[in-house]
Amino acid sequence: MAVVDTSTVLVPEAGVGPRGASRREAWQRRLPLLPALIYTIVVTQIPFLVTLWYSFQNYFFDLPAPAHFTGLSNYKTVFTDAAFRSALWRSVLMTVSAVILAMILGLAFAMLLDRKFIGRSVVRTLIITPFLVMPAAAALVWAGPMLDPNFGLLNYLLQPFGVHHVAWLSTHALGSVIVVMIWQWTPFMTLIVLAGLQSQPADALEAAKVDGAGAMATFRELTLPHLRPYIELGILLGSIYLVNVFDAVRLMTNGGPGTSTTNLPFYLYQQVNNAFDIGGAAAAGVVTVILTIIVATFALRMFARVFQFEGASS
Amino acid sequence: MSSPPFRLRTLGVVGAAAALVALAACSSSSSSSGSSSTNSSSGTITVAVVSNPLITGQMIPLTQSVFEKQYPGITVKFATYTEGDLRAAIQKDVATHSNAFNVIMIGPYETPLFAKAGWLDNLSSQFIASDPSYDASDILPSISSALSYKGSLYAVPFYGESSMLYYRTDLFKAAGLTMPAHPTWQQVAAFAAKLNQPGKVSGVCLRGLAGWGDNMASLDTVVNTFGGEWFNMNWQPQLTSPAFETATNFYVNLIRKDGEPGASADSFNQLLTLYGQGKCAMWYDATVAATSIATTYPSMAANTGYAFAPVDQTASSGWLWTWALGIPQGTANSGAAWKFVSWATSKTYDSLVASKYGWAAVPPGTRTSLYSNPSYLAAAKAFAPITIQSIDGTDPNHPTVNPVPYVGVQYVDIPQFESLGVAVGQQIAGAIAGTESVSQALSTSQSDASQYTPAELSAG
Repeated sequence: MAVVDTSTVLVPEAGVGPRGASRREAWQRRLPLLPALIYTIVVTQIPFLVTLWYSFQNYFFDLPAPAHFTGLSNYKTVFTDAAFRSALWRSVLMTVSAVILAMILGLAFAMLLDRKFIGRSVVRTLIITPFLVMPAAAALVWAGPMLDPNFGLLNYLLQPFGVHHVAWLSTHALGSVIVVMIWQWTPFMTLIVLAGLQSQPADALEAAKVDGAGAMATFRELTLPHLRPYIELGILLGSIYLVNVFDAVRLMTNGGPGTSTTNLPFYLYQQVNNAFDIGGAAAAGVVTVILTIIVATFALRMFARVFQFEGASS
Repeated sequence: MSSPPFRLRTLGVVGAAAALVALAACSSSSSSSGSSSTNSSSGTITVAVVSNPLITGQMIPLTQSVFEKQYPGITVKFATYTEGDLRAAIQKDVATHSNAFNVIMIGPYETPLFAKAGWLDNLSSQFIASDPSYDASDILPSISSALSYKGSLYAVPFYGESSMLYYRTDLFKAAGLTMPAHPTWQQVAAFAAKLNQPGKVSGVCLRGLAGWGDNMASLDTVVNTFGGEWFNMNWQPQLTSPAFETATNFYVNLIRKDGEPGASADSFNQLLTLYGQGKCAMWYDATVAATSIATTYPSMAANTGYAFAPVDQTASSGWLWTWALGIPQGTANSGAAWKFVSWATSKTYDSLVASKYGWAAVPPGTRTSLYSNPSYLAAAKAFAPITIQSIDGTDPNHPTVNPVPYVGVQYVDIPQFESLGVAVGQQIAGAIAGTESVSQALSTSQSDASQYTPAELSAG
């Protein structure tokens, strides 16, 4: 409401004054924003233009030859490179499976946490903990103490069940990385869904009970539709973060074995840090940005719908 | 509404004044550092090093407790990396002339290439010539020539190594087996099959971690002795040749059948821990591991035997490597950098380590005098002779059965190998983990190698 008030006050004033004064006033309003705008341009747009420039260059750190213009050949390499396509596909696979499984688990935990029981606040804190651990630290703990084939905790715990010295990060590398992503993001999903559950009106649930609806029917017909915007929001935010997952890949498997856990961010990192192919990495980066913009456009449209839904329901 | 312009003006004046002050501060600091930076013998130096026991356990603490006390004007900062990360960090630093490092740890692969590209200081002419106390002629000839370009040293060795086979004498005795001094790979495979006890002791521990200095270093020595090579005399890649494929199949199958679990994540440091904890009946790795076993795992050292690098078609097959210190061209405080480099690679450093940690702990494989020092020979009698014979027995100029156009036992001394070696190492790690077959891994590797034309490769 405050926003509407200021605009109605300011608009006539700007209209009354002379042209120069209104321009000055417009600048006065813009000025405080300028440093932030300039900063944003400096740290995002200039690097992007430089990246665009490099993407047309043949430039390798490990070769003494200087950089030179190569036209579209870097882009041709990106589109014909099987490694780029498989990294892209792996990014999609990792993001989708981690987000969906984290959401299913988050929904389950939120339903349990929504009930009153002794020690609920302690359990809630414990459940949130994985989300609060630094991703790099979490990845190292999983790669070492948890999953090490010789000294790892998981193998020790599974020993009574006849599992011996499984090298999780070699034989189930992709699965292990996805499990860590799920482990880290389930708390986030739990929190979002829990917020939704706690905003559910108690009288509606009571009415359903009076009408003789069972627990399953209540959940399907009342709770789930009510939670829908929360679930969509969780999936959207989770996807935005998890598509960029790097720490777990770098520190647990280093993209391997082979290229079995190389996702798009790690592929780009490797093009620079192992292949020293600045031109190729820049071209792959530009293609990634374009793909991201396309996906983000759809995602933002959905975002808008989520909030409309929420606005309509409240 | 007249006050804002005034406020703006004051703001502008204040801002301009602040900018001026900042500028002045910048220029004064740069001029003061400029006057003292070139060849300065004091200041802060940053040293990029590889993370392994002789460096993290000895060099870094001794620098703080001894070197910085001896030279109060010099502060040494260490940037510690794993082998693969170290190469990437150094390559970016020297190629872009960022000069974030005043001293870099490099080896026989990087030194001639960097020297040729003009990225390194010529240590012989710039420092050693005017520093007679630094006895450069004492450096082992094979190590010294591996670190030279056009007759000048561009890096000096911290330690040097070949490769050899470690085995558990107690397990061999219990199984009634005898290890020959010069085993063949077929014998090693037969021993490994007999000694492997899944879940307790692996038959043989081998490097599987992706990287040309990691899994590829071990595999390359196997490929060489099986009659394979990276490139033929016309610089055509030979990664799918029968010999290369046989050697790779042998190595990968040996790990998968009787090697340590999760081998695709293991390199020197991981295997040292495994061996030290008694999880390996045999271990093929760098000769320098003997020093770490003797000092870190003395009870294991008592049950350790040493054999030459296993062979197939050649008489010897050990690699040649040294972690050496070089000074990037154009770096600040190069005088202080040389003070550190000469101290860490000197005879006095060796006696310092001996007085603190015992003679067996001294960095091996760099100086001839160490191998005639009775105290060292007494403390390291189990592994000093085989180490020096292995180092002397390598020939990086003729590493393979067939003639090849390149230098290097466990690497190909061309700039492209830095990325090609890592790409192939990844494929091999995939084959070791079982995510792809050896023939798939090698055909991908062959196409990686084929992206370079023979002309590009020979120009390196």
